[in-house]
Amino acid sequence: MVPLSWYLIVAAALFCIGLYGVLARRNAIGILMAVELMLNAVNINLLAFWRYLTPAHMTGQVFALVVLAVAAAEAAVGLALIVAIYRTRDTVNVEEVDLMKL
Amino acid sequence: MLNLTWLIPVFPFLSFVLIVLFTNPNKKLSSGIAIGSVAVSWVLSWGVFFQSIAGHIGMGEEAFRLHVPWLPTGTEWFPMGVNVDPLSAIMLFMVPFVCLMIFIYSVGYMHGDPRYSRFFAYISLFACGMLGLVVADNLLMLFIFWEIMGLCSYLLIGFWFEKPSAMKAGLKAFLTTRVGDAFMLAGMLLLYSQTGELTFAHIFAPETLEKLTHTQVNLGFLGSLPWASLLAMLIFGGAVGKSAQFPLHVWLPDAMEGPTPVSALIHAATMVSAGVYLVARCFPLFTAVEAGPQLGLVAFIGAFTALFASTIAVAQDDIKRVLAYSTISQLGYMIAALGIGAYVAAVFHLITHAFFKALLFLGSGSVIHGSGTQDMMEMGGLRKHMPITFATFLVGTFALAGVPPFAGFWSKDEILADAFHQFTELGVASWPFFVWLFLTLAAFLTAFYMGRQIFLTFYGESRRPHAHAHESPKSMTYPLIVLAVFAALLGFAGVPEEFPVLGHLLGGNPFHHFVGHEFPATPLNGLVMLISVVMALGGLFVAWLVYGRNPLKEGQPDPLIQALGPVYTVLRRKYYFDELYQATFIRLALWLSEIAFAFDNKWVVDPLVNLAGKAGVALSNLGGWFDRTFVDGAVNGVAEVVGWMGGALRQTQTGRVQNYLLAAALAVFVLLVISVVV
Amino acid sequence: MAQAIFIILSLFTLGCALVVVTNRNLFHSALYLAFVFIGVAGLYFMLQAEFFAGIQVLIYVGAILTLIIFAIMLSRDLMNPNVRGFNRQWWAAAIVAGLLFLALAVVLVRAPWPAAPTGEPSPAFIAELGQALVSPAYVLPFEVVSILLLAALVGSILIARER
Repeated sequence: MVPLSWYLIVAAALFCIGLYGVLARRNAIGILMAVELMLNAVNINLLAFWRYLTPAHMTGQVFALVVLAVAAAEAAVGLALIVAIYRTRDTVNVEEVDLMKL
Repeated sequence: MLNLTWLIPVFPFLSFVLIVLFTNPNKKLSSGIAIGSVAVSWVLSWGVFFQSIAGHIGMGEEAFRLHVPWLPTGTEWFPMGVNVDPLSAIMLFMVPFVCLMIFIYSVGYMHGDPRYSRFFAYISLFACGMLGLVVADNLLMLFIFWEIMGLCSYLLIGFWFEKPSAMKAGLKAFLTTRVGDAFMLAGMLLLYSQTGELTFAHIFAPETLEKLTHTQVNLGFLGSLPWASLLAMLIFGGAVGKSAQFPLHVWLPDAMEGPTPVSALIHAATMVSAGVYLVARCFPLFTAVEAGPQLGLVAFIGAFTALFASTIAVAQDDIKRVLAYSTISQLGYMIAALGIGAYVAAVFHLITHAFFKALLFLGSGSVIHGSGTQDMMEMGGLRKHMPITFATFLVGTFALAGVPPFAGFWSKDEILADAFHQFTELGVASWPFFVWLFLTLAAFLTAFYMGRQIFLTFYGESRRPHAHAHESPKSMTYPLIVLAVFAALLGFAGVPEEFPVLGHLLGGNPFHHFVGHEFPATPLNGLVMLISVVMALGGLFVAWLVYGRNPLKEGQPDPLIQALGPVYTVLRRKYYFDELYQATFIRLALWLSEIAFAFDNKWVVDPLVNLAGKAGVALSNLGGWFDRTFVDGAVNGVAEVVGWMGGALRQTQTGRVQNYLLAAALAVFVLLVISVVV
Repeated sequence: MAQAIFIILSLFTLGCALVVVTNRNLFHSALYLAFVFIGVAGLYFMLQAEFFAGIQVLIYVGAILTLIIFAIMLSRDLMNPNVRGFNRQWWAAAIVAGLLFLALAVVLVRAPWPAAPTGEPSPAFIAELGQALVSPAYVLPFEVVSILLLAALVGSILIARER
């Protein structure tokens, strides 16, 4: 049997990889991709817990579904924003979108 | 009226205050206020005087007293108040009246002076002082008013302070009388410490005098004395100073630098007689110890001064100086009379002298005003130009010389008679004899120098023909006339009872009855009377011989210079007393003051103060360095650290979200670790 | 046996994830992201959440990834790897991420989880899920999520349309 902790560790690793991407990437779309990684890691976590601790209840599934839906919505809006910014600023490099910086 | 006695000094004081504060610019108003206030005081005083005659006011316990508790002293209150007894009543008769005459005279004499109002303010304050002195009921109050008069004397002698001689004369007067006042104050303080009282009614109570007579004070190598004697002699010191007796006589002739009304008021009639008044007032203290040294001292000083001053007067050329020395001499008469116990005679002479001396001074002022000079050698023939002045001056001269029936004769004769009577009982080796002899000789000289003055001033031809002399205005001559009347007639109040015809006609010596009824009346002595008349007329005759028969011409020297030779020089130079004092006391005082000044300025006080200052500066520099280095360093250091930290921390505010997220991730990690470890 | 599969799947997923975050070529990153999603779907299978695996592939790979690729296409300039793909703090980020992973790993290993699943999921799983979504317990989140999707829909159209 695969211990629960293994799943959790994988999720943690995926989360951290995503974290690294968020912190280190310059490209806005790259950052968004890393965010998707993190959300996936969360989902893995949720479903692992559901399966190992309360498989009879629906709560875990519902939660994971909600997370999934939110991830989708967020990706949509985020990419729309990026496209809009690209149209006006002609760049998707987050370091160059700094009008609000002092 | 007696209840209003306390108001008598108040009016002149108010006048002083008003003139100083408000009416100084308005000359007429100032003199009006001054004269008005003295007039009111005069009316009140004569009211008190007549009421006290009618009410038979007596001395000591029978006197009229009003007092209020004034100064808290330990468990009791020191009272201040007024005291009316025959002595003060008779003074109240004389003082405000003479003051009023002189005030009126001053209107004319000081006319045109730029500090006219200030003059009236000063003499008003002076009048307040004298009147307060006369009605005072305790020694402290007397002393206060005594000092007020001293102050006014200083201010008035130096009234024309542009003249250095006037300034110096004022200072000389003040300092010399100060020496006397120091003795008086010592006497007062010791009296208070012995008896706990300064009020006259209490210190002259028989019990107190008993105690003072029989307790002795040990003066070391000087032996021991009864307290009463010591106190009397100390208080007499004040009189010596104020009444310009030997050896403190040097200030009075120089005080002639002041305006003539001042000389008349202060240095003839009132202030100088305050010393005599003081001795008269403290007479019970002086007579407490029988055959004590105090009365002998008083008699000696008085008689000696009388003769001494009259010899100097003979050789003076300044018209006012002659009168000044005459005043000193006459005061000596009064002091000597008190010294031999002739209380009534002394007071009588005080009163008459005030009138005719004031008259003589005002007359001399009139002469100076009219002729423009004070030097008798430059006068002459003024009889024709200033008749009123001449007539009144002549009356004053006769009164002073002791020509009957003028006032001075009666008063002077009473002193001589009293002295004669006493030494016939005590023998020749006694104070009364000394007094009688000296005073008789002085009478001769008095008549002589007054005659000299009359002949030099008024007779002969004018020795300054180019200067025109004119009679003085009415404001000056009217007081002269009034005073002359008194000088002529006042003596009749004190005619001895036994005098043929006049004695009983005039009420049997009312003066004696009023002032000194407890003293035995002096028996009438025809021989003494004859001798004094001979002295008076003789002196005048000799003066006529020298000066009147062939009046001096212009430029002619005084015949006395040749007649007396070197004696004349000694007389003229006042026995070199001023030089003696200058060489001894004054040099000593100046040397002491130099030392004190050096002590203060160079050696000790100033260097210490400067050192303290420098120490303060050094300390503050140290503090400043400390403050700058450490405190400021700390503060600046904090600021710098903060600034540096700010600069460092500023780097974290990159404005980039990813940086912030990194920080957040790091924080999460740290929290995780902490929650695991702790 | 299951463990071996698990390990292979995990390594595959994680490796592709690493490539996603480190590759300079954005398009390659997107493709590797697809592999990651598939790997995750595989993990879901192992967790007996088949429905979810399917959903995962459908939505993530089918929709989201497509969206990403569209966005990449629409911002073509940055497809060439001339500009640096990473910012200046990448090393700090790596360290922090690594540390965080270590800390999490320590916590997770130490925690007393049950080693085996405590039960079985019910066979009529999907029906129950559907029921549950409209049951009073979860209908509210369900409705909210639908509104969210609506908002996202409207919003993204609004933001991204041409003026």
